[in-house]
Order: sequence, then structure tokens, then C-alpha cells
Amino acid sequence: MSGERILNVDQLTMRFGGIVAVQDLSFAAERRKITALIGPNGAGKTTVFNCITGFYKPTGGAIRLTHADGREIALERLNDFRIAKQAKVARTFQNIRLFPGMTVLENLMVAQHNMLMRASGFTLLGLVGAPTYRDAEKRAIDLATDWLKRVNLLDRADDAAGNLAYGDQRRLEIARAMCTEPALLCLDEPAAGLNARESAALNELLLSIRDDLGTSILLIEHDMSVVMEISDHIVVMDHGVKIAQGTPREVRDDPKVIAAYLGADEEEAMAVMESGS
Amino acid sequence: MTAPSTQTTKTASGIPALLKTAFINAVIALVLFSLMVGIRTEAGSEGQLTYWTRFGELASLVAAVFGGSIVIELLRQWIGPAGTEKLVPPALQKGMSLVGRYLAPALLIFTLLVPVIFYNQRYILDLAILVLTYVMLGWGLNVVVGLAGLLDLGYVAFYAVGAYSYALLATNFGWSFWICLPLAGILAAFWGVLLGFPVLRLRGDYLAIVTLAFGEIIRLVLINWQSLTGGPNGVSGIPRPTLFGIPLNNSDDGLAAKLGIEFSPTHRIVFLFYLILALALLTNWVTIRLRGLPIGRAWEALREDEVACRALGINTTTTKLTAFATGAMFGGFAGAFFATRQGFISPESFTFQESALVLAIVVLGGMGSQLGVALAALTMIGGFELFRGLETYRMLVFGWAMVLIMIWRPRGLVGHRAPTVYLKKAQAISSDLVKEGHG
Amino acid sequence: MDYFAQQLINGLVLGSIYGLIAIGYTMVYGIVGMINFAHGDVFMIGGFIALITFLILISLGLTAIPVILLVVLLVSMAITALYGWTIERIAYRPLRHSFRLAPMLSAIGMSFVLTNYSQVAQGARVKPIPPFITGGYTLHESQDGFVIQLSNIQIMVVITTIVLLAIFTWLVSRTRLGRDMRACEQDQTMAALLGVNVDRTISMTFVIGAALAAVAGLMYLLYYGLVDFFMGFVAGIKAFTAAVLGGIGSLPGAMLGGLAIGLIETFWSAYFSVEYKDVAAFSILIVVLIFMPTGLLGRPEVEKV
Repeated sequence: MSGERILNVDQLTMRFGGIVAVQDLSFAAERRKITALIGPNGAGKTTVFNCITGFYKPTGGAIRLTHADGREIALERLNDFRIAKQAKVARTFQNIRLFPGMTVLENLMVAQHNMLMRASGFTLLGLVGAPTYRDAEKRAIDLATDWLKRVNLLDRADDAAGNLAYGDQRRLEIARAMCTEPALLCLDEPAAGLNARESAALNELLLSIRDDLGTSILLIEHDMSVVMEISDHIVVMDHGVKIAQGTPREVRDDPKVIAAYLGADEEEAMAVMESGS
Repeated sequence: MTAPSTQTTKTASGIPALLKTAFINAVIALVLFSLMVGIRTEAGSEGQLTYWTRFGELASLVAAVFGGSIVIELLRQWIGPAGTEKLVPPALQKGMSLVGRYLAPALLIFTLLVPVIFYNQRYILDLAILVLTYVMLGWGLNVVVGLAGLLDLGYVAFYAVGAYSYALLATNFGWSFWICLPLAGILAAFWGVLLGFPVLRLRGDYLAIVTLAFGEIIRLVLINWQSLTGGPNGVSGIPRPTLFGIPLNNSDDGLAAKLGIEFSPTHRIVFLFYLILALALLTNWVTIRLRGLPIGRAWEALREDEVACRALGINTTTTKLTAFATGAMFGGFAGAFFATRQGFISPESFTFQESALVLAIVVLGGMGSQLGVALAALTMIGGFELFRGLETYRMLVFGWAMVLIMIWRPRGLVGHRAPTVYLKKAQAISSDLVKEGHG
Repeated sequence: MDYFAQQLINGLVLGSIYGLIAIGYTMVYGIVGMINFAHGDVFMIGGFIALITFLILISLGLTAIPVILLVVLLVSMAITALYGWTIERIAYRPLRHSFRLAPMLSAIGMSFVLTNYSQVAQGARVKPIPPFITGGYTLHESQDGFVIQLSNIQIMVVITTIVLLAIFTWLVSRTRLGRDMRACEQDQTMAALLGVNVDRTISMTFVIGAALAAVAGLMYLLYYGLVDFFMGFVAGIKAFTAAVLGGIGSLPGAMLGGLAIGLIETFWSAYFSVEYKDVAAFSILIVVLIFMPTGLLGRPEVEKV
């Protein structure tokens, strides 16, 4: 790897009781690049995600996040909400977790909680209606509106998030994560359940997040058309360990990867092999 | 008692099936009531137990169940299969939401005029003060349960802390109501934080049971710490509130004498009425303001999905704590008011029943809806008052009301959530989408 | 030391009663996922029915104590079980797929109904019965005259509890009903698809829980010699505390939790203060939940993200 690293995972191990979900996993993600984490079901990908985003405390190993200004943060030492707040790592979930009873716009406002909280003087200034807070709120709405345009949900802004179609919910979740203005965006199977057209739109969205905003992306995905098309770097996991890594082309031709997928699921193996050709 | 009439006979429509259902229900009722109603026990003067039979009552109860089953079954067939689920048709609901827009201002104006309209009806004024106290408690608990989705079964503890704070500070140090009122709120909030800090990571029913236990602990301590609280005898001689130092009594310094009007005890009642109204409206205003601020939005997000909140960098512990403390503070204010109104407080006023009543008001109101809570308080306390003459049957009726209301409208009277921010148009969100929280 | 041993006996007996009630809480929570707030009052109803049955049998001229006890046990179990069944049908079944708070409030309402039903039907005064089973054994007598007593009632309470627990464990682990219960606990929809009658299984859970509560009511009546309409509330909270302490959903846990609460309460009363015994029990609940949120024998809950 040549570029500047944003995330460095070193010897990550996660055990649940006697079960080793992830063992001595090391990989890195580069800044302004899309790194994909793939592997058959049960390979431990989501566990890695949960360790990076602080929902699990890793049993061993180190996870370093390096900001553009050179600041280094040890993620394994932070609580979940601090990782989002201080380390600026945002994530989405495999089974979408929106605030279904709140509107689309409100979902995006909640994402800007910490900024708005400071602007409202931890509620006191906001309670008396100070102008500084009004300005901040207006800026927050502008940012949200901007993202609604990007994910093509502007006309649904005042609808309940729970009423959106599945594909729209997926995009809204990404927009919500981006409203926290993250340095690293972690997406857990963003293309799951999308049709071909939605999937293509997702590709475009992710590429624009990388190219226009310079946000680094770490991605778990089963949909090979997404992975192979947009990833800059791919890490392949099976049974909790890394079995291969490299560019999409390298990974596709790696016999170990094919073997892992053949052992797990024939359809997926075919998808891996066919995706590039 | 109404009938155990849930004998669901979907295919049954004919008279024989109807009678069969009613007969089965009657037999069940006969077994249930046979010993509990048919035999009455009583401890005699020397501690020995005697009993006598009451077969007449038993027979009439069983007959009532039989008749009731038939009536309910007929009603059910009339209304249709969905009868129990949606008694309110959508058209009517739409009309209700239209009424809802003008209902709140109309209610407020009416409430402001209550002392004018009912000036000479002391009973109605007292009842209005009681209703407003519960409106305020409901609005306070609504922050915790309705917005943040934290199930608090010990809310009465904060009400008690507020009441005893004022009572003890006023009787021991002679501090005035207006100094003690904020102190009572702060102390209650402090206790809220003290309890909340360790327990708020518990989820769902565990939190419910811990708050219940906390409420009971506070009550037991109030009963047993006799040197401070006076134990079961309570605290009496709590000073009445003053209009910023001017007492509302018949003395030369009193308000009546200063204004040069004739003294009347109603002055104080009217003053208390406006005092609790002001406190309740303050609660309402603060809550509405907070909902539109990041903290309030975080509360609601917490109710919707706690994991997502953490992924967005929200400190869920402090967010829960602020909700808990805010709710507790309003409970404390209401408690201080209660103490000054009654002039006497004892642990008996702060039982689990009170917590359950306030929670019922919040849930019946439609979680999170301010107007709903006010209406629910009016219905519950007003309805409760209607049965005052029945004395012992009152709690029986109240219990049945809780059960039936939950079956009728599990999501409460107002089934919509208003968004806190919008781009083009604020659309009400159906409560079917709104979560209740896990905490 | 002797004092300690005596308190240990007393605590175990009290704990057995709490444990029997706690099983009802834990079973219902395991299957329907709700706190059956009315369960404490079902226990109270069981006590009353036992009391009334006693009175009738004695006035009929029966004298054989074992016969009386057996009849009282069966009658109070049967009628109380019917109460449990009816409560589920009226107040909980219509709300089974409703929002989480609705069944809880319905249960609180039901608890008020039962408390006041019993107050209206039987009056507010405490109902004592004369000591019915007397005698016992002196286990040890020390120099200063302190004796460790093991009364016949205490023996009976503990033996009944053990026997019932054995029957019950067999029921849950070996029979079809027990299998259906465990299936419903895991996944009601799937259980229904596989031919388990979910409605009936849930009904049976309430029936069994209520029957055990009736036994606890009878034991309470025999042990303390009185019942009153308000005893369900405090006993209910403590039994629920026991269920949580043991790890909710776990049957041995409920019994263990019951014993723990019984012992804590007894020792606290004996060595510290009687007034604060309930405060001690509730404080322990809070402390346990903070440090061991899943209780002593509960399954740890892994947060799914």
C-alpha cells in the first residue's frame, strides 16, 4: 500500500466466550479511498465493524485512526459514542436503524446533535432563543437539505422515516451518517436488498462521497457488482482471519478467495469470479 | 365486576352459540366468585373468625355476568369483527384532529376563566386545582416516559421529595414558598440524577422495577425516619403561600386589607388555582421549547433507537439523565405546591398508586402529546371524582378503567406525533410508527 | 451462633414462599415478556380462598388435619388457577401484540381491581386463623436458654416447596407442555408454525403460575396465621425482586432469588432493624441489577447491533 493511511487495524482479536470471531486481523484503510471488507457469511466482518465503531471492546489488538492533521486516536480505548463524536467515525447498520417515528429531516438533525448542543449552550442559550443558536440551527437545516438533495429525498423531507421505501431508508441512513461530517464512513452492507438501478445509484453516491468530499469509506458488502466496481482496496476474511487483500483484480484472481467462497456459497463464488469479466 | 367475556367464538353467530358462551362465562364466574363473594369472613371481637353466606349477591353477580356476556357478544357482532380494535372510525379521527387544533387554545381560555365562572363553587375550584396538579405531574412524567421512552414507575418519589423539601424547609427554617419552590425542584432533580446515574443503563422492564423499588424506598424512609419526617404522622402546619410576601389571610397585613376589599377565603383558593396553572403552563412551555432543541430531539431519538443514537455520537447516559432530572424537577415543583396547598403531608399521599395514576395519564394521553396528557388528566381525575360517593368501589372502577382503556386505545387518546422541525409543511406522524423506547 | 441458625431457618422458610410466587413472575416474563403486576394479588386471592375453605371444612366438622390440608390445597390451587386464566383472557390476551406499555398498565389496573375486589368482598380487616399446625422440634438448646426451634409448619412449607418444585421441573423439562412453553419462549411465531398451540400454552403458563401462587398463599396463611387484602402488593414486589435477582426467565433462579430475599430480609430484621427490612430488600435489588443486570442465573444478553 502506498497512500496515506486513515485506519490501521493491528492484530485485532475478538472472542465471545470460547468462540473466536476475529483472530489477529491486520489491515489498513487509506485516506480518500474506498476499502471493502468481504467474505462469506459468518466470516466476522460485522464483528470487525463493531470493534472499530466501539460497540464491542476488542479482546486484543489495536485500532488506530489518523486524522488529516496527524492526530492519532486509539479507537479500542474509546466508548461507542466518543468514537463518533471525537474520532469522527460514522456508521450504518446491516438492518437499517433509523428513527422511524421522526421525520426524514429530524433524522438528519439528530445526526448534528453535538454541534447543535454546543451552539445551544448546552440547552440554556437555546431555551431563551439566543440568535447564535438560531443561526446554528439554520446551518444544520441547510446541511441536511444539501444531503437530502444528494440522496434524492428532498421531497420526502417532512415524511416519517419509517414510511420510506426500503431503498430510500438505506440512502437516508447514509445521509444521516454523513451529516455527522465523519472522517471515516463505515457502511455495513449498504446495497443489501437494493435492485439493480438503486445499486447503481448507490455506487455513484459512494464515489461522490469519496471524490467530492474526500471522505474515506470502509465497506462491508456482499453485492460484488458494488464491491468490484467502486473499491480501491479489498480485504477478504474467512472464519475470522484475513485470507487475502489487494485490488479488485488481484482479489478476484486469488485462488484462496475463490476456494473460500466455493466452500461457503456457490452463487457468491460465481459472482466473485464473474464480476470482473 | 364485568364479565370474563373474551370467550372468542368467531363462528358463533346464532342464538344457541351465544347462550352457550354466556353460560360458560357464567359458570366461570360462579367458580371465581363462589368463595370470595359467596362467603364473607370477618374477625370477631375476640379474634376468632366467623363467616356467613351471601348467596344472593353471588347469584346476582353470576346473573350479571351471564347477561353482560350476551350484551357484549351482541355488541361485538353489531360493530363487526374489528370492533375491539378500532372503535373510532378514521373519518371521526380526522374530525377530531381538526377539533384538536382549536381545542388547546379553547381549553386554555376556559381554564383561565374557571375561577371567574365558578367563583362561588368551592368544590369545583378544588377539583380544578387537583386536575391541574395531575396535569402538571403528567407533563413532567411525559418528558421521561413520552419523550425519552424511559419507563419510570417511581415518579411519585420526586413528588414526595419536592413536598417534603418545602414542608421541612418551611417549618424548620421558616423559609418562604418562593425560595423553597426552586429548591424543591433542584432537590428533586438532584435525587433524579442520584438514582438515574447507576440505573439508567438498565433497559426496559428492569428500569421500571428499579424505579418502582426506589419509589418504595423513599416512602419507607419517610415513614421510618421519624425524627426528620414525623413518620406516619407526617408534617403539619406547613405555611400557606404568600403573594410575594403578602399573606392571603384575614390579618391587617393580608392582601384583602391592603387592597381594601372584604376578606374571603376564596381569595386563597383562586390564588392557588392560578399558581398551579402557572406552574403547569411553565412545565408545558419548557417541554415544548426543549422538544425543539437538540436535547429534546435527542430524547426522542433515544426512544426510537438507542444504538443508532450512540453511533451518531450522542452520549446516551447524559441524555437520559437530563430527561430524568427534568422530569424529576417538575415533579418536585408539583410536590412543593401540593404541600403548601394541603398544609399537611404524610407518606400516605405518595404511594405506588399515585405513580400508576400519573403513568396511566401519560399513556392514556398518547405518549408524548401535551394536549393528550391534559385531556387524560381531566378524564381520569374528573372520572375518579364522579365515583367519590362509591368510596371502596372507586379503585375497583379505576382498575377496570385502566384495563379497558388500554384494550380500547393502547396508544392513548392522541395518536399523532408532531414533528419538531420541517422544511415545507409539518405533517403529523402516525403513532404506529413511533417507538416506545427500551429503557 | 444459635440465634444465627434460628434466623437461617426462618429465612429459608420465608424464602420458599417468595420463591413459589417468583416462579409465576419468571414464567410469564419468559413467555410473554411482561411483568404480571397482578401476580402478587393472585397470591393474595389464593390466601383468601385457602382461608375460606378452611373455615368451611372446619364448620363441616372435619378434624383430620392431613385431609383438611389436602382439600384446602387442591381447592385453592384450582380456583386461583382459574383466576390466573381469567385475568390473562380479559386483560392480557387482547394486548398480546400491542405496544409494550399497554399490557403493563393493564396489569397494574388488574392489580388494583383484585386488591379492591378482595377488599370489597371480604372487608378491609386482617383475617386471622387460629394456629392450625402446632408443635415442632427443638434442635439445640444452649446454656443461656436459647433454643433453636424447627416448627412443623416450617418443615411443611419447605417440604411442600421442594415437592412442588420437583413436580414442576419435571413438567417443564419432560412433558409436551414444557416443550411447548420453551418453544414459545424462543419464538412464538415459529412455535405456532410448528403446530404449538400458543394461546393454550400461554394460558397454561398463567394457570400454573397462579396455582403455585395459591400454594404460596396457603403457606403464608399457615405460617403467619393471617391474610389481608393488601398483602399482595409488597409480597409481589419482593417476589418479583427475587425473580430478577435469580435471573428472570430462569426457574431455579427464581427459587434461588426467593431464598436470597427471604434470608436478606430475615437477617436484616434480626441484626439491624425491622423497619428497614423492605428498604434492604429493594436496595439489594437495585445493587444487583446495577452490577449483574441479568441476575444470578440469567443468560447474559448480548446486544445485537
